[in-house]
Amino acid sequence: MYTFSSKLKTFSIILMIIGILGIAYGFLTTPDTIQEVEALEAKSHGEHNGGHEIAKHEAVHEVVEAVKNETTPVVDSIKPTTENSEVVVKDSSSHEVVSTVVAHTEIVKKEEHKVDEHAAHQKHLEHQLHQLQNKPWAALYVPMIFILLLSMGTLAFYAIQQVAQAGWSPVLFRVMQGITAYLPVASVIFFVFLVLTGLHVFETNHLFAWMQEGITDSKSEHYDKIITGKSEYLNFPFWIIRAVIFLIGWNLYRHFSRKNCLAQDEASDNTFYKKNFNISAMFLVFFIVTESISSWDWIMSLDPHWSSTLFGWYVFASFFVSGITTICMVTLYLKNNGYLENVNTSHIHDLAKFMFGISVFWTYLWFSQFMLIWYANIPEEVTYFKTRIDVYTLPFWGAVAMNFVFPLLILINTDFKRISWVLTMAGVVILLGHYVDFFNMIMPATVGENWFIGISEICSLLFFVGLFIFVVFTALTKSPLLPKRNPFIEESKHFHY
Amino acid sequence: MDAVKKTRAAHHHIEEVFTPFPVHGLDKAMGLAPTRIAICAFIYGLVGLSFGTWMMDYIMIQDWPQDIGGKPSMSYIQNMPAFVPVMFEETVFFAAHLMVITFYMRSRLWPFKVAENPDVRTTDDHFLMEVSINNNEEDLISFLKSTGAVEVKSIEKHG
Repeated sequence: MYTFSSKLKTFSIILMIIGILGIAYGFLTTPDTIQEVEALEAKSHGEHNGGHEIAKHEAVHEVVEAVKNETTPVVDSIKPTTENSEVVVKDSSSHEVVSTVVAHTEIVKKEEHKVDEHAAHQKHLEHQLHQLQNKPWAALYVPMIFILLLSMGTLAFYAIQQVAQAGWSPVLFRVMQGITAYLPVASVIFFVFLVLTGLHVFETNHLFAWMQEGITDSKSEHYDKIITGKSEYLNFPFWIIRAVIFLIGWNLYRHFSRKNCLAQDEASDNTFYKKNFNISAMFLVFFIVTESISSWDWIMSLDPHWSSTLFGWYVFASFFVSGITTICMVTLYLKNNGYLENVNTSHIHDLAKFMFGISVFWTYLWFSQFMLIWYANIPEEVTYFKTRIDVYTLPFWGAVAMNFVFPLLILINTDFKRISWVLTMAGVVILLGHYVDFFNMIMPATVGENWFIGISEICSLLFFVGLFIFVVFTALTKSPLLPKRNPFIEESKHFHY
Repeated sequence: MDAVKKTRAAHHHIEEVFTPFPVHGLDKAMGLAPTRIAICAFIYGLVGLSFGTWMMDYIMIQDWPQDIGGKPSMSYIQNMPAFVPVMFEETVFFAAHLMVITFYMRSRLWPFKVAENPDVRTTDDHFLMEVSINNNEEDLISFLKSTGAVEVKSIEKHG
């Protein structure tokens, strides 16, 4: 039996407390009105000599607006110039592009004296306000969904091991069950969050653009034809019912799988093992369907004008590799504290191979999605990557470096895959890298160019990491770390590679 | 396996072992040095990657930078995604083929090579361990018999 070390417990509680304080700070410093945004902008205007930064922001902003909003007169006149500069946009120095756009914009503005600059400015401020108000919510949403899905990745891996009748992994089943113990807790938090968002309980939370009031009403100023076309799928009741089905389905599998596993310990035959085999196979079918749909619902619908067919797989690869990495991290921690006597370096080596392989798989999907859209360059699809590359340059390419280049070079070596500290280091980079990956998927749609990894983001992450550690290691104390009567347990104990 | 371990323990030098199929752990029991072919493959992969990069850069960017369907050909990095499939395949191609050729060269395998088979039965169902004799024929033969040998032969090799 494992005993939760008091040090780790205190550590996780401290993380949660710091997290909550930081989250609260994030919400308290959010501007409530347009006036506050104006004051904020004026302040940063002064800070950046000559307001170059602001000019850049506005230029980028107006380009984005141009794509989004075709009714404003200003935008109509800018449009042709924006298209002309599309060619230049490919240029590696975005600085140049921006200045040409700014120059064009200014010329256009001089020519068009009728333009109501005040109205445009007000519109800009409102847009800015919405993004700034979204910031703490999005900061909360990213680690919330990331760690929820991370424990789902673990659950999927666990189910695969059962169905594949893997001979090496049964000694790790209890570790995986411990990690997936986070799932029920995370599901509740996540579900409450979805309900709060969908019912507009908080004025400041407008993460999902398609939830906006009047968006499907042709008389409303918020009317959006494209979203209206999708509204049979993207509407709150159907969306939340889907979420209920997914979360309940996943939690049921996790509950019964663990129950059967514990019952198998006390049984005299293999009935419970066979039951687990069957429900795992059914779960995997259910999972792959629901995983795809949930990634459209929870992540892709943040950009309701954009769609991608392999998005579900891409999200899956991201959290699957995070789940495997977490199994490896927790196993290493328990092993180094002397709790897993039957786990040897060969087990660790196998986990490391999975980390390596699935990292490459993630890259494959990431690149396939990116390259296909980049190559065809269809305007309604390419804006997704254009915003990310122009505004999120560092996180966008940084995620590739952290999730591909780094693990590729570190984990390719057989000997390195058996060294604890090398794996810990690679694991931390992979996990952070996939956090950034989720950040890249969610932030551009919710806060746009107002992104920053500051107190809100870091503290939200700390809170969920703390909660994760607390729940997982509490769950690990609930049952022995070695399954007793698993048919493959002897083989697993003597596994050697 | 047992015989190999005993022979090693008795400090007889094993010239060669012939088996009809791979025996897991035989190399460890014989104390053979681990292979370095994976390191070779990694280096060949890097060569392939460089070759792919150089080739696409020279052809598409330096030599004749045309505008093909609006793809930016001003610099390599701009059009990089389009070259990745080529770079990837070159890497795999070089790593795989050069590694196989390295293997053939190091293990001296080629078509029309005369088989070095001391006993044809070793390709079917017999295992053969070759130990050289240093003026201790009697001792050695009795030792080998004690390790569970089906047949011990003393032959003189030429060449």
